[in-house]
Amino acid sequence: MVMTRDEKLAKINAHQERVNLIFEKIDTLRLMEKVLTLDNNKILEYIKESGLKGRGGAGFPTYLKWKLAADQKSDVKYVICNADEGEPGTFKDRKILEEQAEKVFTGMAICAKVIGASLGYIYLRGEYNFLVPLLVTKMNVFNDDMKKFGFNFTIDLRSGSGAYICGEETALIESMEGYRGEARNKPPYPAEKGYLGKPTVINNVETLVYCTMIVLNEGKKFKNFGTEISTGSKVFSVSGDADVEGIYELELGMTIQEFVDLFGDGDTKAVQVGGASGFCVPRKKFKETIIGFEGVPTGGSMMLFNSSRSMYHILMNYMEFMQEESCGQCTPCRVGCQQLVKGIQAIKHKKRPASYLDELVKLAKTMRVASKCGLGQSVANPFISIVENFREEIIY
Amino acid sequence: MSDNKQKMINVTIDNKTVSVPENTSILEATRSLGVYIPTLCHHEDLCVAGNCRVCLVEVKGSRTLQASCATPVAEGMEIFTNSRLVRTARKHVIELLLSEHRGECLRCSRNGNCELQALANEYRVDEGLFIDIHKEDQPDISSPAIQKDDSKCIRCQRCVRACTELQSVSALCVAHKGADMKITTFWDKALAYVVCTNCGQCVSHCPTGALTEKNYVEDVWDAIYDPTKHVVVQTAPAIRVSIGEEVGLGPGKRVTKKLVTALRRLGFDSVLDTDFTADLTIIEEGNELLQRLTKALRDNEDVALPMITSCSPGWIKFAEHEFNHSLNHLSTCKSPQQMFGPLAKTYYAEKIGVDPKDMVVVSIMPCTAKKFEAARPEMMSSGFRDVDYVLTTRELGLMIRQAGIDFEKLEDGEYDSILGKSTGAGAIFGTTGGVMEAALRTAYEIVTGREIPFDGLKITPVRGLDGIKEATLKIEGTLNKYNFLEGAELRVAIGHGLANARKIMKQVESGESPYHFIEIMACPGGCIGGGGQPIPTTNELRLQRANALYEEDEKMQYRKSHENPEIIEIYEDFLEKPLGHKSHELLHTSYVKREKN
Repeated sequence: MVMTRDEKLAKINAHQERVNLIFEKIDTLRLMEKVLTLDNNKILEYIKESGLKGRGGAGFPTYLKWKLAADQKSDVKYVICNADEGEPGTFKDRKILEEQAEKVFTGMAICAKVIGASLGYIYLRGEYNFLVPLLVTKMNVFNDDMKKFGFNFTIDLRSGSGAYICGEETALIESMEGYRGEARNKPPYPAEKGYLGKPTVINNVETLVYCTMIVLNEGKKFKNFGTEISTGSKVFSVSGDADVEGIYELELGMTIQEFVDLFGDGDTKAVQVGGASGFCVPRKKFKETIIGFEGVPTGGSMMLFNSSRSMYHILMNYMEFMQEESCGQCTPCRVGCQQLVKGIQAIKHKKRPASYLDELVKLAKTMRVASKCGLGQSVANPFISIVENFREEIIY
Repeated sequence: MSDNKQKMINVTIDNKTVSVPENTSILEATRSLGVYIPTLCHHEDLCVAGNCRVCLVEVKGSRTLQASCATPVAEGMEIFTNSRLVRTARKHVIELLLSEHRGECLRCSRNGNCELQALANEYRVDEGLFIDIHKEDQPDISSPAIQKDDSKCIRCQRCVRACTELQSVSALCVAHKGADMKITTFWDKALAYVVCTNCGQCVSHCPTGALTEKNYVEDVWDAIYDPTKHVVVQTAPAIRVSIGEEVGLGPGKRVTKKLVTALRRLGFDSVLDTDFTADLTIIEEGNELLQRLTKALRDNEDVALPMITSCSPGWIKFAEHEFNHSLNHLSTCKSPQQMFGPLAKTYYAEKIGVDPKDMVVVSIMPCTAKKFEAARPEMMSSGFRDVDYVLTTRELGLMIRQAGIDFEKLEDGEYDSILGKSTGAGAIFGTTGGVMEAALRTAYEIVTGREIPFDGLKITPVRGLDGIKEATLKIEGTLNKYNFLEGAELRVAIGHGLANARKIMKQVESGESPYHFIEIMACPGGCIGGGGQPIPTTNELRLQRANALYEEDEKMQYRKSHENPEIIEIYEDFLEKPLGHKSHELLHTSYVKREKN
């Protein structure tokens, strides 16, 4: 069943309108007024009931993060909005910040109320600095509004400098404290000891907006979408060889086949789900692969590749990206990435036998368990999923 | 944790149950069971980094392996230190490190004492699994003291942590990311042009040969072989308790007399002792202190107090960069090494009938900064470069091995004279608190005419490895000349490690320092923990070396610098009096203001 582009758009839009949580216009002030009267446990219950998991990609349950921070005994706590959107192929946080900044701020304020924070920060990707004037203007209004409510919570903004690693929450904290962006040892987790050593909740832009909407709808609606494991919806950034590109909020739990039917150009060979740290799904697995935490999780990046694309070049591109964006502190990630790049080049140029690819897969598996942070651990995702599904393309 | 009732945590390690205090790392817990987990970026002097990933272990229920150095135990944890997953990962990590390391072991000064080499050996990584990707960087040889070869660097950041945490210097830092990540200096300047104090703690903490001292062994051999040269050697206090360790006799051995014989066997023409000039330093510095106290307390003159010792060239350069408004607090006394140089090339040369232009002065130091100190342009008061070459303990060890000397079997030898006799006070210069103790033994006696009232002359409050030590000495029964000091409390402090020096100096700069006299040594533990000492250096080793020095002190015929017969002789014969004209010419110096970056 091949659809025309118009038919696809119509279906996508219908889907979007049915979900419509992130970009729905709401009265955030009225919501805040209400939130301030709510019991913190009630709010936590909404979040818990919703089953919301972090939308940055790692998928940690938001409720647990908030609860852990709320339980910490400390006069000073922080809420940080992770707007260091750096995953290749994601660009949804930018649009959310442009269009729905108030809902992001509101999410932060709700979190602040629950955990007992009076300061919040937006850590903005350096490449998004053009958003600073807009965000500061809106932030000032929001801060004034909070003051009027008598709610002691202020939001400030920090700019990143373009390092991918700073999207990792402990590296983000290091960067905010003025140090090199390098992941910390965990435990302690940021919810226990985060920014300046104080309990800190770090949530992705989109996660915070969902929190706003979950509280607005008193825990309803969000959970109507998705699956049991992947509740709710998600904003996708669709790019590559797609008939329909752009940013769309869709229900979690659809199969890649359904997704490709809606967005693909009819010749989709593979979909890279979750960017350079995500998984490559080949055509033969489209039908059985669910987009969500039970299948392939994603921070939103959906890149479609058709049969004109060389998977070798795609893999090289991701590996070179990782080789450059590794912070360089831990051995498996710093050296491992270089070895993966050099290794597949050597195989391609017949300097190493094809069987060396198996050694590289073993190395990638070690990187998955031995690297210090999520960056190095996730290099194995694209590497193994591309190599195992497109072995011939890599070797010959 | 000061809790008396420390919470105990039960864990199983390789199926054995063990109970350890809360906040113990998995690594510490395994060691208590006698299980050995290899480490690389871990060093007991430094904060936990968890970045080399050599010490990974498997924890049941955890998605990833855990760095045992960085992971605290938790109740009920099941830990596996040698599972298939662990072994594979560890082998991979070692292979990866080797692939970025220029593995020219046979040409490396750390061959045989390299932590990476040892690991490679343990894991039999001889098949070269991965592609060699080491960078072809040329070593930075700009510094007269320290050489940095990035091609051997494995990015464990021990040097960075030593430079930052122990020394608060931060000359070394991490720059760039990913494949380009490297250890460098601010703005990638050469080491000679940054705030580096040449202390060598980076060298001492480097697991490989990426950071080494600048080696002058061949130059010294050349001098020894040159029949026209009279080569004089001086030995620093701390060498006599560490050279044994370097040549394989184990830590904390007093081998002064064998050292003398070894040096003679190497071909040095005169074997003399920096301990002698350590005693001389005490006389000059003690009198300088009393002069400052007299001016301040009796004459109400404006004079800089507290006075701070100036024996440690790493500390001096640190002060010149970081506290250059307070340089007047530094004693003007040269260090013992630099007092020795000009005396050798004037007084001693004349005595033995050698033209100073044909004299070569070599010093054996526990220190890399001494190489820089000897090269300072003002250190030419003999009319020649006062000290020509400085070798570390490690370099001397190398010479001894090259010469085929079986150190343990050497007969005892005695230092030549003059500039060879010393006291116990000179010996303890080599450990933190030692200069202070030696100075107090002499100064107290000058002021009161009586011996310092401590059992066996042991001033215990100034001993030990606490970062900053303080003591107060009440002065009673003064001689007439010093009656303005009657009843005064002399307040002293001792700091070692430049991070502690910084704390002390912040007080000095703000005018809130409560002390009269401060001893500062750049290296943790003082010279026994110097950057030129045997590798590794740990607190246990520092204590063993320090104890050996205190033993040396107790066994000496004379234990107070002013009783050294050669000191008495040199004043009568040559220097005339402390702080006199000749002293100022040869034994005192001035300092320069340096930039902060």
